[in-house]
Amino acid sequence: MISLSERQQLVTLISMVQARYVREIDDGDCTAWPDFFVDDCFYKITTADNFAQNLEAGLMWMDSKNMLRDRILSLLEANVYERHSYRHLIGQPYITDVEGDELDSETSFMVARITREGPTDLFATGRYIDRYRLTEDEPKLVKRIVVLDSGYIDTLLGFPL
Amino acid sequence: MTEHARFEVERPEWPKEEGVRRIPYWTFTDKELFEREKQKLFNGPTWNFLCLEVELQIPGDFVAVQVGETPVIVTRDRDGELYAFENRCSHRGSLLALEDRGNVKDFTCVYHAWTHNLQGDLIGVAFKDGIGGKGGIAKDFCMSNQGPRKLRVTVLSGLVFGSFDENVDDIEDYLGPEIVGRIARVLDGRKPVVLGRFTQILPNNWKLYAENTKDSYHASILHTFFTTFELNRLSQRGGIIVNENGGSHVSYSMIDREAEAAKAKEIYSDQNIRSQSDLKLSDMSLLGNFKEFKDDITLQILSVFPNFVLQQIQNALAVRTILPRGTDSMHLKWTYFGFEDDTPEQRKTRMKQSNLVGPGGYVSMEDGCIGGFVQRGTTGSPDEQAVLAMGGYSTDSSDDRITEAAIRGFWREYRARMDV
Repeated sequence: MISLSERQQLVTLISMVQARYVREIDDGDCTAWPDFFVDDCFYKITTADNFAQNLEAGLMWMDSKNMLRDRILSLLEANVYERHSYRHLIGQPYITDVEGDELDSETSFMVARITREGPTDLFATGRYIDRYRLTEDEPKLVKRIVVLDSGYIDTLLGFPL
Repeated sequence: MTEHARFEVERPEWPKEEGVRRIPYWTFTDKELFEREKQKLFNGPTWNFLCLEVELQIPGDFVAVQVGETPVIVTRDRDGELYAFENRCSHRGSLLALEDRGNVKDFTCVYHAWTHNLQGDLIGVAFKDGIGGKGGIAKDFCMSNQGPRKLRVTVLSGLVFGSFDENVDDIEDYLGPEIVGRIARVLDGRKPVVLGRFTQILPNNWKLYAENTKDSYHASILHTFFTTFELNRLSQRGGIIVNENGGSHVSYSMIDREAEAAKAKEIYSDQNIRSQSDLKLSDMSLLGNFKEFKDDITLQILSVFPNFVLQQIQNALAVRTILPRGTDSMHLKWTYFGFEDDTPEQRKTRMKQSNLVGPGGYVSMEDGCIGGFVQRGTTGSPDEQAVLAMGGYSTDSSDDRITEAAIRGFWREYRARMDV
């Protein structure tokens, strides 16, 4: 059992890294996005229905930091889509478990998408189900499962959430 | 105004002999045409994909799906047979099933508790005889005359199709032997396992996506993932098969063993081959694959008129259902699957390759936006026309993929069934 102040410190630590994470996606070019993960990480985007039914497929399914790098490289160099950007709003991380130098947390998010010819649209809501490893400089994601509340995805899902 | 008046009076002629060479853009926006599609196609003598048979394993299992814009329930009854009927109460039309899937003994409407069995027959009316001799249903009311419309159901290699028209051709005749064989190639002899379901909302008329799936010409041009990273390491050859009706097709590519042998010699004779691009993937495990089929086909996209696609991209397998939502929107339902006897390693390979497909797929995300680009590009010009001249004007099968024959085939069957 960890004390309240220790827990508050962890919440602050995770909040800080998650604020940087969404800034990299929303206001950066995503090239530093893989650096929020450990090398042998796991990242998946799925839906609440698939998650509840233990269906393993994802809209993105990646099990290494290099696969995350490839995703961004492909988006920047190969794939074709209309210019668009995201705006993430994230909630307070809820620390569900702490074990040694790793912790589990869940964080709600809402993402608006702004496409070249159109207004700001609500694109996705959901929660991150995360495992972080506490390192000397900052927590790194060992696993992030992005669980979308809705099973409906408008047009396409290019950039990560 | 007669049914055809709109086309005769307000629209320029779409000459029969022009047939499928030019497609007027009003076909993607016209609301009366859409009403006619519901009547002639989705409620007519066509086969619409409903679900995988493995989604209905035991008596009482059901899935709630759609045919066109009509909600439909598919069930397995206690006799072991599959049934499909409208998801609409006999009484006042409310949805009967309010979940996507489940297991039930019957369907009792939440509104007034009218009960339907697993075949869609009305079997119970709440307070039918009233209370204390008062109220109750009219004396001449007959439960057997009431009930949601039923579909004829057929199963082909574990795929469940339904038709609102009892007189639809048997599916083997509807598709022809080549398409039937190519479905069996992927599915026969193995039990599928659903790995995930996703629905993509596309900002375009449903026919633009139907065209896209039959468009073997665009694949290497719009989808630049493989060429950018020079991932087509093996020489490929391919072709398309268009069925006799025109609207169902297969597009495939396969490893060309002869060209591979020739290339192997060249590597010794020409050491100075340079890469055209410096871009390389960091994790090549994405392209790892396992030998799953007897042949060398690495890609097979198969469509069944009007609403179904079966996809094999290496080991990434999926079925897709096209559902119109008005004239300028549609839902694309993806069901990713593997097989019961997959090893954990094979399953992992399928998962990695699934990054290629779906709403965020490396070689499919472009298809999510391209239909919208056409919709927006053409809405203001309904009387202009798309050109379908690649590979000549035929709708024949061919040994190359630089052709629009399968798209022309789609429009040939479309015009015939729609009588436009």
